[in-house]
Amino acid sequence: MSYLYAAYIVTWLIHIGYIGTLVQRYARLRREMQELKRES
Amino acid sequence: MKRAFPILAVVTLALLGYSAYEALVVAPTDRLQGDVYRIIYYHVPSAWTMFTFFAINFVASVIYLIRRNLKADAVAVAAAEMGVVFNTVVLVTGPLWARPVWGIWWTWDIRLTSTLVLWLIYVSYLLLRRFSSGGQMPLLAATLAVFGALDMPLVYFSIWFFRTQHPQPVVGGGGSIDPRMLHIWLLNWFAFECFGLLVFWWRYRLEMMRREVEETQELESLLETRSPR
Repeated sequence: MSYLYAAYIVTWLIHIGYIGTLVQRYARLRREMQELKRES
Repeated sequence: MKRAFPILAVVTLALLGYSAYEALVVAPTDRLQGDVYRIIYYHVPSAWTMFTFFAINFVASVIYLIRRNLKADAVAVAAAEMGVVFNTVVLVTGPLWARPVWGIWWTWDIRLTSTLVLWLIYVSYLLLRRFSSGGQMPLLAATLAVFGALDMPLVYFSIWFFRTQHPQPVVGGGGSIDPRMLHIWLLNWFAFECFGLLVFWWRYRLEMMRREVEETQELESLLETRSPR
């Protein structure tokens, strides 16, 4: 059973980790966009 | 799509929760493997979703090579990332199933090796896009994607044409499966496809946003260098 739970947990860790990187990238781009608007 | 995104996200999460419940609780236990076989409800749908995204990457790359369409290039990079994520899930869940069933984590047979090679091809595709610059980069990446896609039929058909350690095809390959298992299998596949397409759409929007910011930054720096001091 531990292998089964490990597989399900690891699957969601991979997906959540990837979504986490997307959130970070989105936040950075929003910041850069605001800086550009302020400068112009 | 922007307004529908939160609703679709909630529906997809509910679908994923329901399909996980069906896989872990409702699906009958396998007579030979016991409960560990339930890993296939995540492993196989992840593999099929991986194929979907690498196929999208292939089509978008071909469109880019023919028409030099920048939206197709953005679709290609988003699909490649999604494909690599699902490929990683396949490569991790496979050994977690193999260890208790085969007694080994990994074997260098053609299905497993070609799947690892597929992962390496698309990781190198993403590294090429990440660390090179210049106008030729999308062209090089699209060419690599077209050649990389040649590995997909090898991965898919390897269990048809070669004797491998990997189980033979159950769906569409002459094998049999309990209809209840098949139903839950297809449900999980549908749930992962919906989840993947939702994240893919977001990744595509992010890519378009990134390009917009980069273009504006380049324009700003060009204007700064040309303006009199």
